[in-house]
Formats: sequence, C-alpha cells, structure tokens
Amino acid sequence: MGQWSYLAVMACIFLGTAWLELGLRTRVYRRWRRLLLTVLPVVALFYLWDAYAIASGHWWFDEARITGVRLPLDVPIDELVFFVMVPIAAVLTLEAVRSATGLPVGDEGPPDEAQP
Amino acid sequence: MTYTQLAVLGVALVIAWDLWILRTRLLTRQVFWMSYAIIVFFQLLTNGVLTGLRIVRYDGAAILGSTTPAEGPPPIVGDGRLLYAPIEDLLFGFALVVLAMTLWAWWGRRGVQREPRSGPPRRALVPLLAKVGGRSPEDS
Repeated sequence: MGQWSYLAVMACIFLGTAWLELGLRTRVYRRWRRLLLTVLPVVALFYLWDAYAIASGHWWFDEARITGVRLPLDVPIDELVFFVMVPIAAVLTLEAVRSATGLPVGDEGPPDEAQP
Repeated sequence: MTYTQLAVLGVALVIAWDLWILRTRLLTRQVFWMSYAIIVFFQLLTNGVLTGLRIVRYDGAAILGSTTPAEGPPPIVGDGRLLYAPIEDLLFGFALVVLAMTLWAWWGRRGVQREPRSGPPRRALVPLLAKVGGRSPEDS
C-alpha cells in the first residue's frame, strides 16, 4: 500500500461510519450546514495543535506511508483528512446511538417537539 | 509543552467547555458515554494500526513512554502505551470527540438544522439493535 497506508486507515473510518447514515437514518451528512459549522472549528484548532506538535518534534510520520503532500505549517494532507473524518465519525456515532436508543442529547428543543 | 501536558490541558478545557462555557452538558448524559464507548473501541483499533505499523512515531521526550523504536513495533501494552499508541492519544481523542459533539449539540440547541431528526433505524436493523440493548420497535 505504501504511500496510501495512512489514507487507507481514514477510508476505514469513513466506510465504517457512513453506513449509519442509511442504516440508522442519522441524517448527519444530510444536515451538512450544521455538520460544516461543527467540523470547521475542530479542524482549525486541531490543525494548529498538529502543526505545533510537528514543529516541536512530538510526533512525525513515516514518509513512505503518507502521500507526501504537505500543507501550510508542514501538516501532511493525510492529517487534515483525519481531522475532518474523526469529528464526522463522532457525530455519526452520537446520532446513531440517539436513533437506536431514543436517549436525549439536549438539543431537542421545546418539550412539545421533543422526541420520546 | 510536552504532548502529555497538552493532552491533559486539552481534556480539562473540553470539560470546562461542555459544562460551563457552552453548557451543552453532554458529559452528564448517557447518550454521550454510550457513544464514547463505541468510539474509543474503534479508536484503539485504528490508532493501533497507525502507531503499531509506525506510520506515526513519537518522541520519548514528549510522552510518558519511550520514543517509537527505529526497528519493529513499540510495545503493545506498557511503557505508557496501550495497543501500541501512547496513552496521551486517548486524551487527544477524547478532546477531539467531545469538542465535535458539543459543537454539534450546541448548533442544534441554537436551532440550526435540528430537523430532520435522526432515526428511527431501518426495520432490518431493529432485531440486531434489540440484541445490543436498543429501544424496541413499539417505542419508536
């Protein structure tokens, strides 16, 4: 797999959670504006954390197993994909658990509109 | 700061963020902990691949454990690692997941695309979900 190794793991996260949109009707991708407003701040913050960690030598990557495309502040594009995929997977999981259990998340709105 | 310090700070900040800043209070809800239990299981798997194959490597000066060895995988468990990954990654992942979920819940509270709501699961999945403790069809 070589340079696609890292992205292959990201593909597993995508495929491992995308089915929830159909199977549990999570309607997360469908609410893409709310999803975008959620993911963008997370990406911004963790991108900076990643840039700091890379600059400080906290972690580094096997150059043979990432794409080799570097973004500003020396962050690999593979890492950007991680910071997009993981929040989406987290929200999909939350909505899947809500779908399966009916447990409240706290964003249900006025009681008369609330889900059981 | 070291990765250890940043990871602990990250967790402290997202706890304050959820409980007192956004007041989404997801950390007090069962739905969060059920979701997190699922997520942390898959995090250990996927992160185990990234760290066990040494696609991502760590400096021993920044973590509790030692530097990722030049040859062969790091310890599966022990030396500050769990399934090859530094335990700091669990804190990092927790902060990432809590930040994402609280923002999602917060936008919903503000009325941003509260609809269409999630669920109910497809009928074909209902027997399977009942086995893992989901709600029964008559509840939905």
